[in-house]
Amino acid sequence: MHNQSVAPIAKHPLDSNMTMNRNVMGMLLFIGSESMFFLLLILAYVNFHSQYGTGEMAAWHLDVTKTGLFSIALFASSFTLWLSEKAHEKHSGMAIFWMILTIVLGAIFICGQALEYSELISEKLTISRDLFGSTFFTLTGFHGFHVIVGLILLSVALWIMVRGKQGELTEAGLTCVSLYWHFVDVVWVAVFSVVYLWRFVS
Amino acid sequence: MTGGTIHTHKPVNWLAEVPEYQGILSWLTSIDHKQLGILYILSAFGFLVVGALMGLTIRLQLMFPMSHVVSQEVYNQIFTMHGTTMVFFVGMPLLFGFAVYLTPLMIGARDMAFPRLNSFGYWVYLFGAIMLFFSFLSGGAPAAGWFAYPPLSEKGYLFNNGQNYWALSLFVTGIGSVATGVNLIVTILTMRAPGMTLKRVPLFVWMILMDGFLVVFSLPALNAALVMILFDRTLNTKFFDATVGGSPLLWQHFFWFFGHPEVYILILPGWGAISEVIPVFSRKLLFGAGVMAASTVAITFLSFGVWVHHMFAAGLGFAPLYIFAVTSLLIAVPTGIKVWSWLATMWGGKLRFTVAMLHAMAFLIQFTIGGLSGVAFAVIPLDWQLTDSYFVVAHFHYVLVGGMLFSLISGVYYWYPKVTGRMMSETLGKWQFWLMVFGFNGTFFVMHILGVLGMPRRVWTYPLGMPGWAELNFFSSCWSFVLVASMLLFLYNLVWSFYHGKIAGPNPWNAWTLEWLADSPPIGENFERVPVVRSRRPLWDLQFGSGGDGEHHA
Repeated sequence: MHNQSVAPIAKHPLDSNMTMNRNVMGMLLFIGSESMFFLLLILAYVNFHSQYGTGEMAAWHLDVTKTGLFSIALFASSFTLWLSEKAHEKHSGMAIFWMILTIVLGAIFICGQALEYSELISEKLTISRDLFGSTFFTLTGFHGFHVIVGLILLSVALWIMVRGKQGELTEAGLTCVSLYWHFVDVVWVAVFSVVYLWRFVS
Repeated sequence: MTGGTIHTHKPVNWLAEVPEYQGILSWLTSIDHKQLGILYILSAFGFLVVGALMGLTIRLQLMFPMSHVVSQEVYNQIFTMHGTTMVFFVGMPLLFGFAVYLTPLMIGARDMAFPRLNSFGYWVYLFGAIMLFFSFLSGGAPAAGWFAYPPLSEKGYLFNNGQNYWALSLFVTGIGSVATGVNLIVTILTMRAPGMTLKRVPLFVWMILMDGFLVVFSLPALNAALVMILFDRTLNTKFFDATVGGSPLLWQHFFWFFGHPEVYILILPGWGAISEVIPVFSRKLLFGAGVMAASTVAITFLSFGVWVHHMFAAGLGFAPLYIFAVTSLLIAVPTGIKVWSWLATMWGGKLRFTVAMLHAMAFLIQFTIGGLSGVAFAVIPLDWQLTDSYFVVAHFHYVLVGGMLFSLISGVYYWYPKVTGRMMSETLGKWQFWLMVFGFNGTFFVMHILGVLGMPRRVWTYPLGMPGWAELNFFSSCWSFVLVASMLLFLYNLVWSFYHGKIAGPNPWNAWTLEWLADSPPIGENFERVPVVRSRRPLWDLQFGSGGDGEHHA
């Protein structure tokens, strides 16, 4: 049965039925997995928020305006990253400018979160104080961790843009990084709505 | 890989002679899917021995009433480590080993989509597993059972670091599993040989595809829960602390939202192996391959909607009980379809009773028993009677040992010639098979009765004079020695055949899927050339010109 010699010569399997870039597909699946992770953290927050009085009272304590402003920096960074991608497609040097701006905006958001944390902790609202503290810091902390990972990825992309030869940062590579960054952004839309804006509904 | 006329390799027909695999460094640094697959499987067998010895310790402790083989504390650690080891360090790597070894070969690819990520997945698993065993040195292993319900798993009840090691270790291996799950899906979706549509992939590959989705979407649920219990124990968070409003029930929901898909994660590759073995040794096409694929998809979706049947006794009120009783009955339907498909494949076939086929047939019977005892839990009054009893222990051992382990051992006998270039000894194999059938059923069948008689699971010991308990436990413990002996014989056969087995050649079983086109063992980039695939049985087409989908009978 070892008749490879009669087998019709085919294209290499790697070139066939490639419907989507596999790096992009891998990133999308990873994001799907991460979504489940955040969904459960959010569910834990929601579960305790509505079940016991402390959550709603504590949530009133958060500074929505200040965090809202820092959130706008994060949302804006998705837009600037999109501009960077468009510029990169056209091989324009503006890609680097928009990428730097994206990283700065992301860093501003993280600084805002650090500020918020230090204020809350100075008011003795810590992760171990009560269920609000536990769920709030776990949820926003994991989001903040993902923002930091995203910033590292963006910095690597920037570094390749600046130092690398033309075309070394592939379109798929940049797409993966930006998908991840948009995902981190979208998670914050959900977290911000649930944690900060809920009080305006009830 | 240009042209295909140049032989870059000397023909090699034994794994030990493959030039690329010489030296330990070639294994430690490998990103080759075949080496990583072998490493996965060997690690799984290593931990299988450890897990089996812990199981044997449990049986020794329960052999006689009021005995004191190990202390209560050690006993709790041992059954916790037995369950955790078997599920996460034996089951998962065994299925990943099969998946990463076979998937590229079966779809005609050179390697996985992300070879480095593949290597990352393996090493993360190995170090995660070793880390958990370090807990023995840190003052004690985890002792809250493999599902670690709070409040017992909280630090107010278990002070030593074992439980922290448990959460951290499973978190780490969980990340590796997600990476491998992503890798498998992308490999299957983007790297198939020309002409191999998704309808033409072997059923094993189809099951691995569904398995990938289960891993990617259920493991994060475990990871989230593990983070919470770890924070509860180390950062004093209150997630599961009922004294200040936390919810132990939330852990149960989160854990079983992962835990039930996990059951299917473990069994799907076994089903995949059986779906290759049974047609080849019946000399027939798999009966209803399309239905088989569709029922796997149905199970993938349904498995996310049945978790509450693990919590029927938790006092959730009647509405969730009824809903999840219905979904749990429903998921038995596609599972039943599969059993009928395998039976119908054998019906009227030219059966060859190789050791692989024997294991597949034992699987069919034992898995059906395990499935029936499982669906019994969807009947709420029965569940309330039997939950947390030895009936549960009997049930999941029938599914995981009688089902998963038997089917994957069948897979080992079937694919061993491909992996090593040599046949496994059928004589030793038959001895092992019959010892294992008797050992397994002898050990676990009586546990159904013990459960009905009211023996709770996880008890350290039991008093004299309970009706039938002493006799049945003694019976079970005696057979457990036979079961462990059969596993050791299996491992011996692996080693013996590696040196003394008959040289196999590329296609010793006269099988039809692409991996049998490659050399045994496959070298380098697997294939010199890959044919255009025109049916589910590409090798049939190569031999006879056409007819691989069964339009011509032979």
